[in-house]
Amino acid sequence: MSIVTRNDILETIHMIQHENLDVRTITMGISLYDCVSDDIERLCNNIYDKITSKAENIVKVGEDIAKKYGVPIVNKRVSVTPVALIGGKANSDDYVKIAKTLDRAAKEIGINFIGGYSALVQKGMSRGSEALIQSIPQALTETDFLCSSLNVASTKAGINMDAIYMAGKAIKELAYLTRDKNSIGCAKFVVFANAPEDNPFMAGAFHGMGEPECVINVGVSGPGVVAAAIKRAGNCSLNELANIIKKMAYKITSVGQLVATEASKALDVPFGIVDLSLAPTPAIGDSVARILENMGLERCGTHGTTAALAMLNDAVKKGGVMASSSVGGLSGAFIPVSEDEGMIEAVNVGALHLNKLEAMTAVCSVGLDMIAIPGDTSVETICGIIADEIAIGVVNTKTTAARLIPAYGKNVGDSVDFGGLLGTAPIMPVSPFSCADFIHRGGHVPAPMHSLKN
Amino acid sequence: MKAVISVTGKDGVGIVAKVSVKCAECGANIIDISQTVLDEYFAMIMIADISALNMTFGDFVDHMAVIGKESGLQIHTMHEDIFNSMHKI
Repeated sequence: MSIVTRNDILETIHMIQHENLDVRTITMGISLYDCVSDDIERLCNNIYDKITSKAENIVKVGEDIAKKYGVPIVNKRVSVTPVALIGGKANSDDYVKIAKTLDRAAKEIGINFIGGYSALVQKGMSRGSEALIQSIPQALTETDFLCSSLNVASTKAGINMDAIYMAGKAIKELAYLTRDKNSIGCAKFVVFANAPEDNPFMAGAFHGMGEPECVINVGVSGPGVVAAAIKRAGNCSLNELANIIKKMAYKITSVGQLVATEASKALDVPFGIVDLSLAPTPAIGDSVARILENMGLERCGTHGTTAALAMLNDAVKKGGVMASSSVGGLSGAFIPVSEDEGMIEAVNVGALHLNKLEAMTAVCSVGLDMIAIPGDTSVETICGIIADEIAIGVVNTKTTAARLIPAYGKNVGDSVDFGGLLGTAPIMPVSPFSCADFIHRGGHVPAPMHSLKN
Repeated sequence: MKAVISVTGKDGVGIVAKVSVKCAECGANIIDISQTVLDEYFAMIMIADISALNMTFGDFVDHMAVIGKESGLQIHTMHEDIFNSMHKI
């Protein structure tokens, strides 16, 4: 063969056709700073016009690239400047209008999701941020494609417990308002510590404060490819396994870089980052849990899971970083429960519990993701789960997040089906003991000592 | 610029001919063919120069896929860059 070897060609084709290799998302980040107006109608018009003109061709470009390289590009998305930063004097009702405008723009250009209905409140809350947070339940109930996120903590600023309490109340209300659809509203809202400003993945994508006018970020995928390579490797040492994972991560990320470069050229928008994440889907053969099991665990969640995940996460980064000119976003393995067929099974057979998931989030990207809990879980307990997760991120100087679904009317033993990429979530038990007095103290957890690096 | 055309499916008379004729019609110049038959299972990787295509690459991909459908074969046409990216450092 004149270009690459026949085996290389067959390997690539096999990865795409049988191991679910795909590019998970092309996400266009758009700054909304120049949309600002003191008139809410004018602000909404500006936002709509800017998004529909900047991202007019993103879907077509994505489809053309997918056809050219024969690799699926699953999602085309847009992220915008955190809306709380551009709302000006908007009140909660005004923010809902902005939410509907974003949703209408997303529908007009045909994208899958639009992110950035967000506020950054790690140190405190401006009036606008507070109004936006209060509007989240209604905004996400009355829109289809809008995603929302809050950054409630950072290593530099500490943890804003008042914001976590507001987030807990919003989650509970969202679950109730979308009770007819298994509380699906909660799947579109995520609470962060150390949120990355160039993340292309939903629900947490937003176009950060220091980002350019417009940018293309790409999220890769490919847990099936890594799982299959580990299985083929058979009985080898962990050192050898780490090398195999690195090589696969290099190949997966190369596809992401190629797609990102091509999309950036076609849309005439600068390339931002490739996010090196192993993102599972509910499809068979596209699971992060199965990678861990192929490494030698009987079931994901048993003893050894955190160690296996730590090694996987590190090897993915080491391999991927070599393949891209600029790496960013979340970059690591995702462990969303409902979106991963192996995780769902591990929960159903009693191998995987909330406590183990929390430990796993200390060594991989993101956090407690797409976890359904009983509908009668109290706001305070939800806040406690979030606060634990956020503390892991703050102390370890990494991103963590919580996307919890207190599924209305459901209890342990039930499961909720969201359909599509969001998958099916078995309801997981939470501790019956209260943390209410701790949460009601409110205030702010100071930044850890090691934040003082200057 | 080159394209990699992979063809797999049940063996039969005239598969190479059909694919080659369509390549010629589209302006793709075949520069390498690797082909084998295993237990009546036909597998071919063809590399074609596509710098003189008389249509867009996307249309070429569609034309080849139609031939595949008509003949009961799996035909995938991909730009060489994806292989170069993944397998060359």
